[in-house]
Amino acid sequence: MSTRQQILARIRAALADVPDDERPESVPVPRDYLRSHAEGDVVELFAERVADYRATVIRSTPQALPDTIRRALTARGAVRVAVPPGFPADQLPSGSWAHDEPPLSVAELDQLDGTISTAALGIAVTGTIVLDTGPGQGRRAMTLVPDYHLCVVTADQIVPDVPDALARLDPARPLTFISGPSATSDIELNRVEGVHGPRTLDVIIVTAPS
Amino acid sequence: MNGTGDGLVWLDTPAFPKAARTALADPQLRGNLRRATGTIRDKRLAVTGELGDWEQLREAGEALKRRTLRHLDRYLEELERSVTAAGGTVHWAADAEEANRIVTALVQATGEREVVKVKSMATQEIGLNEALALEGITAYETDLAELIVQLGEDRPSHILVPAIHRNRAEIREIFLNRMVPAPDPDLTDEPRALAEAARLHLRERFLRAKVAVSGANFGVAETGTVAVVESEGNGRMCLTLPQTLITVMGIEKVVPTFADLEVFLQLLPRSSTGERMNPYTSMWTGTTPGDGPQDFHLVLLDNGRTATLADTVGRQALACIRCSACLNVCPVYERTGGHAYGSVYPGPIGAVLTPQLAGVQHAASLPFASTLCGACYDACPVKINIPEVLVHLRAEVVDAQRRSRHLPTAEALAMKAAAAVLATPGRLAAAQKAAALGGRVLSRDGRIGRLPGPLHGWSDARDSPAPPAESFRSWWRKNREQS
Repeated sequence: MSTRQQILARIRAALADVPDDERPESVPVPRDYLRSHAEGDVVELFAERVADYRATVIRSTPQALPDTIRRALTARGAVRVAVPPGFPADQLPSGSWAHDEPPLSVAELDQLDGTISTAALGIAVTGTIVLDTGPGQGRRAMTLVPDYHLCVVTADQIVPDVPDALARLDPARPLTFISGPSATSDIELNRVEGVHGPRTLDVIIVTAPS
Repeated sequence: MNGTGDGLVWLDTPAFPKAARTALADPQLRGNLRRATGTIRDKRLAVTGELGDWEQLREAGEALKRRTLRHLDRYLEELERSVTAAGGTVHWAADAEEANRIVTALVQATGEREVVKVKSMATQEIGLNEALALEGITAYETDLAELIVQLGEDRPSHILVPAIHRNRAEIREIFLNRMVPAPDPDLTDEPRALAEAARLHLRERFLRAKVAVSGANFGVAETGTVAVVESEGNGRMCLTLPQTLITVMGIEKVVPTFADLEVFLQLLPRSSTGERMNPYTSMWTGTTPGDGPQDFHLVLLDNGRTATLADTVGRQALACIRCSACLNVCPVYERTGGHAYGSVYPGPIGAVLTPQLAGVQHAASLPFASTLCGACYDACPVKINIPEVLVHLRAEVVDAQRRSRHLPTAEALAMKAAAAVLATPGRLAAAQKAAALGGRVLSRDGRIGRLPGPLHGWSDARDSPAPPAESFRSWWRKNREQS
């Protein structure tokens, strides 16, 4: 008997008390928890919660975005910056960018000052941005190896809470949930920012003027 | 079949009562633990208090785990199909030795001699690093606390923060003495500076790594998606940059659907680090062309879990999502620290998990390493009734001892004597009179520190109140019965 068969047989023997006709769905799971804990304006809440992690939040509009990006890069002293495939060209300020076509090596990524990316969505209650490697986000290494990540989220991408986020995401794509810059609680259980992931995270929230 | 592995039960450490005594005598350790657990308790309460439906979330988490465990065979087969369809390879390991053999062979097949590791309880449990070292493969721990433990040639003492027993000054010493190349001698003990030293130490290893080994927080049966929840970005590095990824996952970590993660991704970060969300969560489904490891292996580990599943009371311990909230609230853990439990799984959950995975005879003192105060049950995000399992396991330990001995234990004799005394009112009255006399001889300030003869086993770890001069029954007879 293979190990696989052995383990499955042991599980079935261990579950002798479970009736043969019980289906997984007949084990009740109460779903009376809230779909969202967001109160008030979700964009405001998202901005506040992202800032709680000591990420910098910058508000902008579609018209002002290229200038907002330019100023953010200048403020961080980021000169060698990567832009992933599919990032809307009209939202970039003028300048020269590192492109991932052909793919940059890990060593090349390590030489960069930062990466600008879009996001798949934002979660207001937890202050999380989620990347799914879609257009403008690049493969995972692009927003990981460089020490600075500038992420552009549009207001309509912000969902109230975790359940809405998972409902919108496609698990077939690699997903990265990012809540603030890299951090650790391993020294006396106090949170300090800045370990292996990007140590600086700026989030630009783009809202169309009403 | 019981679980094995160097990390599950440390054979070279004494049983809990003796190890706890040593730990209690270490004021540095007690100070470090008091500060750290105090910090995390406050943070956890603040972020769980934010959610008005916290209890409903706990109940959903508990029910999802119950559903999964009651149909574990079905969900594991579904997970295997999903992972395979997405380009991954699934392996099954009955115990530590088999899991180590599988991982070693997979690393050897790549031709590499070093691997980077994401913090993982499963690989700690099976002693993977030691097994790899025997084959000439170096495993680099990349989580900061794991790195501190590995550099210090120490053992983990907490599920989430294995170096919780070390304070910043001790960590600085370890870094200065053990890191190669040595860090700047001007390194301060500021947490930020220590984190920076760890970043520099590991940076090159991440960038050149070809093989990574990880654990898994969740494996989704429906989609084959695997999730790792972390803070530092070491997880992202290991899960993204290498060409080969080997993930070792306990069979109980499977969850039915992707949507079910909405419950656990709310429960876990708030319970473990006391944050609304941990900095990074990575999810991947098989392999993705052009992005991340192109060779993905998932090793499904039994190692005592099916034996645990067979116990209808004890199986609830398999619902554990390794948040460590029960450790942080436990009055016993806070005072003894994790090493006294003699396993990679310390604290309340360790006291119910280790004896079940390894077999009670290999960790017989652990079910007694608790005051049964119930704080762990209140804190548990998936509502594992740890006190209930502890009491259940205590009975198993006593039964096992009875079976293995020809002579009854002192405790069993004392219980038998108590049963005889309590059987008739006359005997009880006589015993109470005798105890009142004896108690006055032995007590000081109304307490007895040390009981005579074989009873000292009871008094070694606790004071007993002196028996009253007069029993309630005799007082009642004198004052109430006649009137």
